Amino acid sequence: MDSLSLVAIVSIITAGLTMAIGTIGPGLAEGRAVDAALKAIAQQPDVTTPVTRTLFVGLAMIESMAIYCLVIAMILIFANPFWNYFISKVAG
Amino acid sequence: MDITPDSIILWKYGIIKLNATILITWMVMFILAVGSWLISRRMKEGNISSRVETLLEIIVGFVYRNLKEIGLRKPEKYIGFIGTLFIFIGFCGLLTIIPGYIPPTGSLSTTAALAISVFIAVPLYAIQEKGFIGFLKNYLHPFFIFLPFNIIADFTRTLALAIRLFGNMMSGTLIIGIIISLSPLFFPVLLHILDLITSLVQAYIFTVLSSVYIAAATRTFEEIKPKGG
Repeated sequence: MDSLSLVAIVSIITAGLTMAIGTIGPGLAEGRAVDAALKAIAQQPDVTTPVTRTLFVGLAMIESMAIYCLVIAMILIFANPFWNYFISKVAG
Repeated sequence: MDITPDSIILWKYGIIKLNATILITWMVMFILAVGSWLISRRMKEGNISSRVETLLEIIVGFVYRNLKEIGLRKPEKYIGFIGTLFIFIGFCGLLTIIPGYIPPTGSLSTTAALAISVFIAVPLYAIQEKGFIGFLKNYLHPFFIFLPFNIIADFTRTLALAIRLFGNMMSGTLIIGIIISLSPLFFPVLLHILDLITSLVQAYIFTVLSSVYIAAATRTFEEIKPKGG
């Protein structure tokens, strides 16, 4: 197997694994955050506004972990530096 | 498929390139600057505000209130910088309702520039507020072992700011592009609505985080210590 197809196979498998494994943690964490916020709101409905605001910021912070994974996966598929390097080597 | 508008090159002369990111950024800046000037030029004390003037006042008041709640003591001083970040990122995201428009915040160059301006602004405000020695003392907080971690944190949070905004905006555009090729009629509209909410939330988060960084750097130690403790 030449290095070009090896790079392609490894990149695609890694992109899938990145999304699959990388979203487990943020998924659990977001569930816990929403759980805690809902419990707080159910106990004290007065604090809905500040809790919602903090929840949104927190959720976005947690979600940025998943977004990092997405960025890595997208780079691996659409803008892979190693792929471009081997393509230029084959062409030139 | 392109993942950033950087790769769309509209005009080229030697090493000078004009790509879609720069063009759209300047167009957004032009709309914002001229629009605000047109709206606010007839503003006078005592006049009854028109609808658009009220809209501007609501936005400025919203940023002002948030800065105050986060713990900046003089929001007037920082609202120029932080408010500009909020309005620019939010407006860039909201304009995606125009077909054919690519948000410039979906390019890593733009978000890196925004994050670097925050990275430079934090020590500048800190030096202005507490003097150079006070700013350096911040790095020894809570005690000297934390010096390398504080320095690393400065760089990683700048990187995180840039990547977070880039990832969210880029993924919005890209996912809509992929969904359109699968189911063109109804589903992309829902995702687009979600994307508009996401872009506003991201603008809010970028603003909140940068003001938290500035607040943490300009705060004096007397305020951090609990009283009587």
